[in-house]
Amino acid sequence: MLPQKLMKAASLIILALLAQISFAQDRVITGKITDSKDGSPVQGASVVAKGNRTGAQTGVDGTFRISVPATVNTLIVSSVGFATQEVSIEGKTSVEVSLVVVNASMGEVVVVAYGTRRRGDLTGSVTSVSAKDFQKGNINSPEQLLQGKVAGLQVTTGGGSAGGGSRIRIRGGASLNASNDPLIVIDGVPVEGNGVAGSANLLNSINPNDIESMTVLKDASATALYGSRASNGVLIITTKKGMKGKMKFTYNTMFSVGIIGDKVDVLSGDQVRSIIDADAAATGNNTYKNLYGQSNTNWQDEIYQAAFGFDNTISASGSLGKIPFRASLGYLNQDGILKTNNFSRFSTAINLNPKFLEDHLSVNVSVKASQTKNRFADEGAIGNAVSFDPTQPTTTGNKAWGGYWEWLQNDGNPIDLSNRNPLGLLNLRDNRSKVGRVIGNVQLDYKLHFFPDLHILANLGMDYMSGSGNDNIDSLSPTNYKVGGRRTYYEQQKVNNLADFSLFYTKEIKSIRSKIDVLAGHSYQSFLTKVTNLPSFSYRAIADPTRPGKLDTIQGSEPTFLTDRPEYRLESYIGRINFTVMDKYLLTASIRSDASSKLNPDDRVGYFPAVALAWKMRDDFFRTSNVVTDLKLRLGWGITGQQDGIGYYSYLPRYSLGNASAQYQFGNSFVSVLRPEGYDPNLKWETTTTSNIGLDFGFAKNRISGSIDFYSRKTEDLLANVAVAAGANFVNEIVTNVGDIKSEGVELTINTTPVKNKNLTWDFGFNYTYNQAEITNLLKNPDPNFKGQDVTFIGGGTGNNIGIHAVGETPYTFIMYKQIYDENGKPIDGLFEDINRDGIINNDDRYLYKKPAADVLLGINTQVTYKEFTFGLAGHGAFGNYLYNNVNSNNGVLRAIKNPINFIGNATTDYLNTGFDNNRYFSDYYIDNASFFRLDNINFGYNVGRILKDKASMRVSASVQNVFVITKYKGLDPENASDGGVDNNIYPRPRIFSLGFNFDF
Amino acid sequence: MRHISINKFILAGAFLVTLASCSKKLDLFPQNDLTNETTYSTAAGYRAVLAKVYAGLATTGNAGPAGASDIQGLDEGSQSPFIRSFFNCQELPTDEAVVSWNDQTIKDFHNLSWSSSDPFLKGMYARPIYNVMVANEYLRESTDDKLAARNITGADATEIQSTRAEVRFLRAFNYWVMMDIFGKSTFIDETNVVGTTLPGEKNRGELFTFIETELKAIETELKTVKTIEYGRVDQGAAWALLARMYLNAQTYTGTAKWTEAITYAKKVIAGGYSLHTDYRQLFMADNDKRTNEIIYAVNCDGLHTKSYGNTTFFVHAASGDDHNEFGVGGGWYGYRATKGLADRFTDLSGTTDKRAMFTTSAFGTSPAQIAISDVGNFANGLHVNKYRNIRSDGGTVSDVNRDFADIDFPIFRLSEMYLIYAEAVLRGGTGGDLTTATGYINLIRQRAYGNTSGNITSGQLDLPFILDERARELYWEGHRRTDLIRYNQLTTATYLWPWKGGIASGTAVDAKYNIFPIPATNRTANPNLTQNTGY
Repeated sequence: MLPQKLMKAASLIILALLAQISFAQDRVITGKITDSKDGSPVQGASVVAKGNRTGAQTGVDGTFRISVPATVNTLIVSSVGFATQEVSIEGKTSVEVSLVVVNASMGEVVVVAYGTRRRGDLTGSVTSVSAKDFQKGNINSPEQLLQGKVAGLQVTTGGGSAGGGSRIRIRGGASLNASNDPLIVIDGVPVEGNGVAGSANLLNSINPNDIESMTVLKDASATALYGSRASNGVLIITTKKGMKGKMKFTYNTMFSVGIIGDKVDVLSGDQVRSIIDADAAATGNNTYKNLYGQSNTNWQDEIYQAAFGFDNTISASGSLGKIPFRASLGYLNQDGILKTNNFSRFSTAINLNPKFLEDHLSVNVSVKASQTKNRFADEGAIGNAVSFDPTQPTTTGNKAWGGYWEWLQNDGNPIDLSNRNPLGLLNLRDNRSKVGRVIGNVQLDYKLHFFPDLHILANLGMDYMSGSGNDNIDSLSPTNYKVGGRRTYYEQQKVNNLADFSLFYTKEIKSIRSKIDVLAGHSYQSFLTKVTNLPSFSYRAIADPTRPGKLDTIQGSEPTFLTDRPEYRLESYIGRINFTVMDKYLLTASIRSDASSKLNPDDRVGYFPAVALAWKMRDDFFRTSNVVTDLKLRLGWGITGQQDGIGYYSYLPRYSLGNASAQYQFGNSFVSVLRPEGYDPNLKWETTTTSNIGLDFGFAKNRISGSIDFYSRKTEDLLANVAVAAGANFVNEIVTNVGDIKSEGVELTINTTPVKNKNLTWDFGFNYTYNQAEITNLLKNPDPNFKGQDVTFIGGGTGNNIGIHAVGETPYTFIMYKQIYDENGKPIDGLFEDINRDGIINNDDRYLYKKPAADVLLGINTQVTYKEFTFGLAGHGAFGNYLYNNVNSNNGVLRAIKNPINFIGNATTDYLNTGFDNNRYFSDYYIDNASFFRLDNINFGYNVGRILKDKASMRVSASVQNVFVITKYKGLDPENASDGGVDNNIYPRPRIFSLGFNFDF
Repeated sequence: MRHISINKFILAGAFLVTLASCSKKLDLFPQNDLTNETTYSTAAGYRAVLAKVYAGLATTGNAGPAGASDIQGLDEGSQSPFIRSFFNCQELPTDEAVVSWNDQTIKDFHNLSWSSSDPFLKGMYARPIYNVMVANEYLRESTDDKLAARNITGADATEIQSTRAEVRFLRAFNYWVMMDIFGKSTFIDETNVVGTTLPGEKNRGELFTFIETELKAIETELKTVKTIEYGRVDQGAAWALLARMYLNAQTYTGTAKWTEAITYAKKVIAGGYSLHTDYRQLFMADNDKRTNEIIYAVNCDGLHTKSYGNTTFFVHAASGDDHNEFGVGGGWYGYRATKGLADRFTDLSGTTDKRAMFTTSAFGTSPAQIAISDVGNFANGLHVNKYRNIRSDGGTVSDVNRDFADIDFPIFRLSEMYLIYAEAVLRGGTGGDLTTATGYINLIRQRAYGNTSGNITSGQLDLPFILDERARELYWEGHRRTDLIRYNQLTTATYLWPWKGGIASGTAVDAKYNIFPIPATNRTANPNLTQNTGY
């Protein structure tokens, strides 16, 4: 708990310093800031009095108002994406300033690992996206702001659930069994990747409206300063900071409605009846004919709803006394399109950035607090709506089973293994959670008085998460009636403390136009989870009549341990040198050492070096060219690590206690068991070496600009879960360092402005990503008969899997039977090719066929601005990716209708194509090309301008999200967040219409 | 003022660094786990590990019924349990069982067409070796030296020392499973240190010698019959395993040991056991009371020893709409027998031979019912209602939901010893005689028929009769594959049953299917392992 104490101490210091501040101000200057490109107003530009600390910020219409002391003659105007300007105000009361866009602006400051850098001086592969370029519309979680925006970044939402999470991949990920999620750093605090109980998506605790910019660090030279957590790239989220000046308020409100787009194509009640009738006539068996009902229920229509959303954020920014600050309050309430699903978020973000001691001490206090509430729908309803009998009515009119129609046995109880009424699943379960999160940090940046080239930065941060929830299943529910319903309360806390301390040394050597920056630091971070285990309770007073003493406690639910406190800690040293020669040649070299509690003390320290060179070539070759306005070559190399696949204690020999249901009877007593656990004392980091060559370019005054990067990456000592020689350890599979994987790719980003005049501007940008990964080794001992590691488990049967990690192949390559077709191209039920020609069709006849990863990703966005109107489009696509259609392999067969457990289900219309009687889970027929292009967003905006007697300005926007998808894929949605490429009843992504208003006053 | 602030700040900064460095404790240990030393610091710790050695045959991991599996990378409920895997290997390839499910390669078992990449076989290989690992660990940690070093003395020490023979029995039993199913095995004993070297392999003959030597060595160290608490093994178990091994010695080593089979069967028979009067009660929820006949059983309990792959599996997998007659809340609609088993009985109703437990409210025994036209249709076939999670005393079972069974799985029963005695006599072993053998068989049949109407004469007692009688008496107890191999009927055309080899009328298959292949992943992980011929 030391870091908490430290934070307290630091806060006291700040408060003491605040007390010294005095107040004074004088004359008023008003003005308007516009974009030189098209004369459009620049919102959120900063206007600061030179030599003084007062400042102001422009509203949506570009206007500002600032009070400055009489002595001030100059204002400094700056905004992200524009060149900073100084404007004289001598003898003026109003000014108009036209800012020049620095497209891929060289002067813009970009947040990078442990610091900031001018964009023009970047040496690594870094893409920064600021608020104005974020995805538009109703966005509930920050990562979705970047969807399709950045080459090399793939953001795939898990589905359409309210507040749901996404799979984020930077350059496809570097690992196999360990995590492929990037490290996320929020305002300098690297945060925990794993969720807290009750949260479906940790990032949804951040209000997207509070975000100033997001930086994606891609190559190792950019990420290596994060060492053992950097192999999958880094996503840095920076929230909005306070601006000096008069208090300004911004109010954003958005109203949205989401509707379901497509549904899974299933048979109607009439179709099911006619199939059963035909079957009964053919077989003479009327079993199923006697079971069907006379309804025509479309279960998918029953479970989905129009989803309303309401998102409000009010923020204030300005100076509180002399302290620049920003504070915001947000409230979001979002329904899901699946009935009962809801997500709400109450959030606040406060930033204080005062300076003290003649600006020698900069303080940045940042607190983001939120409380999110989830009402999770039972998503089992989605699959059951596909498979439930359409000949039956939704309700019975009786009280039994909540009034919902269910398949019952002779004794009146539900058939254990039958489908469930989807409405019953939704309405008889109440599953709610509450997650509180506070991310706070205090940064003290002190420039030494006696040695101003050196400054000291202390960054103390904490990320505290507390999740709790109640998952209650009604006693009438067919899933839990035996125990009289189930009430479960759970809670969990996570505490992540950070203490960074670093020294920065900056020296300009003017004689050779050179500059040197040195960073040396120490970092300590701990990740603690506080687990509370609780039993579940029945709605009955006595859950189990044979154990009356236990009252309503459900048998078997009592935990072995009431609490647990898994924790890991990381202690690191970092060092970096930036060396700029003649403002033309740039060198960055860095190293980090990480010591992790997850590893054996003898080899727990890992070193992660990186080096990058950049050459601003334009200055040498095109100094006078009007065509080539920017050209920079970047070369980078670095080693990063990965530790996410390692258990907290997996290097330690230890014994664990079995629970009360895994005891063994000796005599008349049951003895709890102690089990020796498998361990690998030689575990170490997985290491990834990345080389990157990049070229940044700009032509025609940067009307066309962009960059291209080539990279090659090799991961060694993969943290792979591999088979252990039987008898060599207490486990038959263990996560250990074995194998290599390599990947290479190209990323191209181009931004253009084809039209630009006073009234009309048209911007068009696109990004292209090519990535190819291959497993190069998976074994410690070579074995020619080794096929690979089974992955990708599917729904249907038990333990069925369709993917493999095989040497020489892309991870998760499908391994299938080769379907044989008749002369009409119809698949023949149960007939597969005998690949090895041994006369038997068995597991050895499965062959490698296609892969789920895309070869190419594409993102496009365009915006047209005409006077006060804007119109924009954004879309993204993936090509060369395949999916396994588990919905059809499970439901597109006769067995799905005539279930052998004596009930009727429904089939997808694919049954009409195949005519399969039985499930053929391993047929390559179910692997489909899932290349797609999705138009994510169409948006319109109109700048109303000043309203309410010039007291405020307003902007109106409207958007449609998830407009359409172009694909050949036969299933519901080709975009899939599972690594293995299994399409199985995803929560449909809604089409969302939203209307927003923006006020500044 | 300013300088004071600066100094304060620098001091505070220095303070932070110092504190940060002080708190850099990177040596962490999980709150709820134990180190080796704490585990073995008390007699209770030893007992808990001993329980794990036993439980390896009943549960799949540290969280019942599932959630903390001993075996990784496989389906915990269907592929990692001992009883269910053993049943799949011993019964599914025979006339006694067929399955309707589509779980991975499960249908390859009855089709006699499995391959070395079969996931169920991975589990079958991993489970006994895992159990051996834990047994070895226990043996390493319970030596006299270690006990003395840990100050465990007196009665505690004596008790722990006596458990070593039990653990060696369990290790031998697990190796017997490997020898029978795979014909060879990874071999490790307590001298193999965890995580250092790749284990070697023993072939069938070497395993036979090892098991025989071990069992004979502990024969006298184990407690005498029925003097140890329920659930733990005594001399009877070691004798029974020796008898069973000698009966199959010709299969295992090429050298018959009929006489030894008789010797050890006799030791068990003389050990003080007797047949329980009601055959059906041997497989009910309270069969822990049947210690008169059951020599060693794997203990299962609906509340305390839960797994989807112990006897819970028998009652669920075999039941459908008639699950109440199996004593469970729901059926899994999967396993039943072929006409091959039906043909062993002259009357399937259960009124003549009470062992014919094939009729429930949902399924009868009509020829149309028994004939299997579609393996995937659970309704076809001979339904086996032998295991029932119902108490013979009418009491309630442990699990109020009736999801998990209380039935203990009998590994050795007295009647098997009678059958071993009789068969070994017929096959030429000495030390026994035909009259006694016929008498023993008639004891079994009198219990089955409830009277002497099923008795046979010594003239009727021949080897085919024994094989059939074993099917009638021991069906679904994990003997059939071994028996058919001993009679050379598993893969040959001598005896065909429905869907043998994947053909409705049955077909002979390659002789390699008399033995299972070593899973390919095991050979990848350990180059010391060799493959069986033909795979």
